[in-house]
Amino acid sequence: MQDSSEPIIRVEDLTVAYGDSVVLKDLNFQVESGEVFIILGGSGCGKSTLLKHMISLHCPVNGRILIDGADIVTAEGSELREILRKIGVMYQNGALFGSMNLLDNICLVLEEFTDLPRDAAETIALMKLNVVGLADSAYKMPSELSGGMKKRAAIARAMALDPKILFLDEPSAGLDPITSAQLDDLILELSRSLKITFVVVTHELPSIFTVADRVIMLDKNTKTIIATGKPDELRDKSDNPWVRQFFSRRAEADVRV
Amino acid sequence: MTSIDYQMLDNSRLRLVISGKLDAESTSRLWSQALEKVGQVEPQTLVVDATGVDYCDGAGMALLVRLQAAQQRSAGQIQIKGLRSEFKQLLRLFDPGNVPGLEPRANSFVRLVEGVGQTAVKLLKDFKAQVSFAGELSVKLLGTVTCPGTLRSNDTFLIAEKAGADAVGITALLGFLIGLILAFQSAIAMRKFGAEIFVADLVTISLFRELGPLLTAFVLASRSGSAFAAELGTMKVNEEIDALTTMGIDPVRFLAIPRVIAAVAVMPFLTMFNNLFGLIGCGLVMISVGFAPIAVVNQIQQAVGLGDLFGGLAKTLVFGMLIAGIGCLRGLQTGTGASAVGDSATRAVVSSIIAIVFADGVFAVLYYFLGI
Repeated sequence: MQDSSEPIIRVEDLTVAYGDSVVLKDLNFQVESGEVFIILGGSGCGKSTLLKHMISLHCPVNGRILIDGADIVTAEGSELREILRKIGVMYQNGALFGSMNLLDNICLVLEEFTDLPRDAAETIALMKLNVVGLADSAYKMPSELSGGMKKRAAIARAMALDPKILFLDEPSAGLDPITSAQLDDLILELSRSLKITFVVVTHELPSIFTVADRVIMLDKNTKTIIATGKPDELRDKSDNPWVRQFFSRRAEADVRV
Repeated sequence: MTSIDYQMLDNSRLRLVISGKLDAESTSRLWSQALEKVGQVEPQTLVVDATGVDYCDGAGMALLVRLQAAQQRSAGQIQIKGLRSEFKQLLRLFDPGNVPGLEPRANSFVRLVEGVGQTAVKLLKDFKAQVSFAGELSVKLLGTVTCPGTLRSNDTFLIAEKAGADAVGITALLGFLIGLILAFQSAIAMRKFGAEIFVADLVTISLFRELGPLLTAFVLASRSGSAFAAELGTMKVNEEIDALTTMGIDPVRFLAIPRVIAAVAVMPFLTMFNNLFGLIGCGLVMISVGFAPIAVVNQIQQAVGLGDLFGGLAKTLVFGMLIAGIGCLRGLQTGTGASAVGDSATRAVVSSIIAIVFADGVFAVLYYFLGI
């Protein structure tokens, strides 16, 4: 973890809603630079909604989201573009552009944001693909890739501009255990070597125990954070029985469903 | 400020001193300059002195990797000196040794020949697919005719409503405007010969025999043919077609037959609407140039017979079948990805229009020999 007094993401009094229905209420948390931060919770508790607000796809009802000191909620124009340059996002199914091969998918971002010549952009794209183990598939179309390869390619695209923060939405969903473990290794490797901060939405327990530095757990009923900490601490020592139940993956509802 | 400096150490060794911030912005400035210099000199050994580099991101790494690749290509060597340990670690992570070279591009003539060959093969394959789909569709249509209970009648009515009833407005408007324009343009020419009354003959015959069926077919192809392709294409992308197949439901019988029957059923009616409104448009122009309405009606009645009307309507049955058949085929042929559905819809409209015009030519020859 990088030593830094100022957290790289700070969420203050965040309330998000769809119409009249409040999804999350008065959320406060921060993400330290270089850590792997996991957003956890049961289905429908607003994990992906929170992520979409953090990357400025949706506007919250109330609150601030500071990315590296700048509020992404109120930022507009060049200020927003500057913040977006610092973040990379991997969507649940990759969201690679189907009409372009992998190399072009990555070059597109580089050409939009920098003045690099095509040759340079292609070299960078190949390097990023090499990091995720896909340099051999640079000229393949997304439709020719498996689910795991698509996700890795999406990580390579998200890393195109050397972001400080990578947001991953359900990286392990729908992958076999081996591919999922490889993806976890990749996250750890990138976090260690490139000092990238990861914000990951997931509910894959093995993944969480492998990669997470810190976890927050959202709750559908209270619409807020019910637990924060390291995953093994939460499993063993949490006051909240539901949290312990979640981490020990028990179906029998000793508290509630 | 980032700077780059070149020093020839001896005949075979070039020293490249980079200092400052090596990020995307500075790299984009230095890229061509550095590579050109190295390309010109082609040193046996390239020494990159990166002692002064205080920041290096992916773009900076790419420059180092590219220099390394250039040296490898010219069988030279590279030494990177003074790079800070954290950047060295990055360079190791990117593992430039394993990055394959950029795919060599074939020269433009080879690409042209390749392209022509590929397109020809694609066209042939497509023609084969169309013929085999036409066969499959015919067999299944026959099956539905002999056993009408297998037809999904609710779907068929719904599709007929969308493709037919909902298209009455646009068809009528198009017919009216074409009748109006055709009559107006020909009236100007006919006036020179004092033959304005024959404008009614010209418009009626062209509408009944050619324009009516063709225009209606174009409307159906662009409204419904593309919709069929997009609908079936989306189902293909969402694996719904695969689901039908694995459930033992034949996609052609389930999806294509109702569409073909609906399109065939609505085409003659739409064409009649088109013809009727075309005649109204023509009549308006004739009345406005001074003919009595009864004279116009009489002239129209004399101009065409039932043979002309039914000859035109018979064609529309074939057009309807072609449009729906091609729309469904293109939908079922849809590949993967977001652009595939759009491609299918485009191909459906283009192929339908070509097929309609081709079929119209065949009918013209056929009617000539049959004396219709």
